[in-house]
Amino acid sequence: MKEVDIVVIGGGPAGLSAAVHAAKMGAGVLLLERSQALGGQLVKQTHKFFGSRQEFAGERGFDIAHTLMEQIAQQEKIEVWTNATALGYYPDGVLTVKRNENFRTFRPRKLIVATGASEKALAFPNNDLPGIYGAGAVQTLMNLYGVMPAKRVLMVGAGNIGVIVAYQLLQAGVEVAAVIEAAPRIGGYWVHASKIRRCGVPILTGHTIRQAHGTTQLTGVTVCRLDEKWTMIPGTDTLFEVDGLCLAVGLSPLTELLWQAGCKMNFVPELGGYVPWRNEYLQTTHKNVYVAGDVAGVEEASAAMVEGKLAGLAAAFALNHQTADFAADYRAAKQQLNALRSGPLSAKVCHGLCKVMLEEAM
Amino acid sequence: MSDDIIVCRCEDIKLSEIRGHIEQGAHTTEEIKRRCRCGMGPCQGRTCMPIVAQELSKATGKSVGEIQLPTFRQPTAAIKLGALTGGDGDD
Repeated sequence: MKEVDIVVIGGGPAGLSAAVHAAKMGAGVLLLERSQALGGQLVKQTHKFFGSRQEFAGERGFDIAHTLMEQIAQQEKIEVWTNATALGYYPDGVLTVKRNENFRTFRPRKLIVATGASEKALAFPNNDLPGIYGAGAVQTLMNLYGVMPAKRVLMVGAGNIGVIVAYQLLQAGVEVAAVIEAAPRIGGYWVHASKIRRCGVPILTGHTIRQAHGTTQLTGVTVCRLDEKWTMIPGTDTLFEVDGLCLAVGLSPLTELLWQAGCKMNFVPELGGYVPWRNEYLQTTHKNVYVAGDVAGVEEASAAMVEGKLAGLAAAFALNHQTADFAADYRAAKQQLNALRSGPLSAKVCHGLCKVMLEEAM
Repeated sequence: MSDDIIVCRCEDIKLSEIRGHIEQGAHTTEEIKRRCRCGMGPCQGRTCMPIVAQELSKATGKSVGEIQLPTFRQPTAAIKLGALTGGDGDD
């Protein structure tokens, strides 16, 4: 069994940033990534980011991933394991890992969980027909593999993922029949929503899926309107003839390792589901377990990167690693995160965070 | 119509089955899991458990946040027995 200063689980924006900043403080870091490549969801994001220059505003997701990967490669203190899945975290502090087809154990002094989130599913008749995808799968097919997922798609969800992926579909030459959204208003940034509206794609708020049609593959989707109590209104059915249905109905944090660690959790709908209580250092109620990114509450990649930085710095500091500019660095990142969360669309996230914020210091 | 709604993709469990178990008194995610293996496949409940929790919430009148999730046991992903018996091995 290997002893390590810090194990970071997840090679997405939060984990990459956590690893870089913990290593800069002088901590030894093992970065585990389940898939074969680092970058997480960033590698499929072809749109430009918002925020400020520090969070790579104006750059595209896949370029940001490359920048972070270069920073990782420059750090001798970081060992990167891809194809490595964290299997379990035990009360004696042992972390078990599957790498390729081998079983490995570690005793990390600090653990930073940056496992991200998984896509939520919807229950509707025929929801298992080929042609029905999560938005993540559509992005993987289109933006990573260059494969057209369908010819004509109905998008479900007008949050940021829904409206951004709808635009990416248009860019790839796929027809988007409509974007439907159960809520009474568009959840994503209007900049993205406006782009698809200008292309003539209707956004139908207060609508949901009644049923998908098809025998061997998707041929159409019936949608209907919802009343203010989110009940389907009879006689409001509309049929869309499509061969693709893309679900962008939210994400749930991937928290199983935190449950195993015995971290105190709370159900916070604003953050996507169960998330851990944490203090301002991103430390959970388990003193050796830190969190960053979507696993701590579903938010944007820019916030995930700053959380990663904070968690990486704090975990390394807790192991007595120090640099001259630690305090200033930490304060700056903290301000950066507050600035990111100052927009009107972040009100929901901030409201959610209040429900899991611990007061006491490290 | 609800016969066609898949809730647990890994174990092929339909919404009508989940509702049947709830009607028979299975009022926790743990009981439903033990009755039909819902959530015991490769994805370990990541897809189905939020939907099951919603159904339990509708049936019991509890909020979704009050519906307890099943225990998250190790391992989180499938691993071959050969790898486990091989012990802490090198690549």
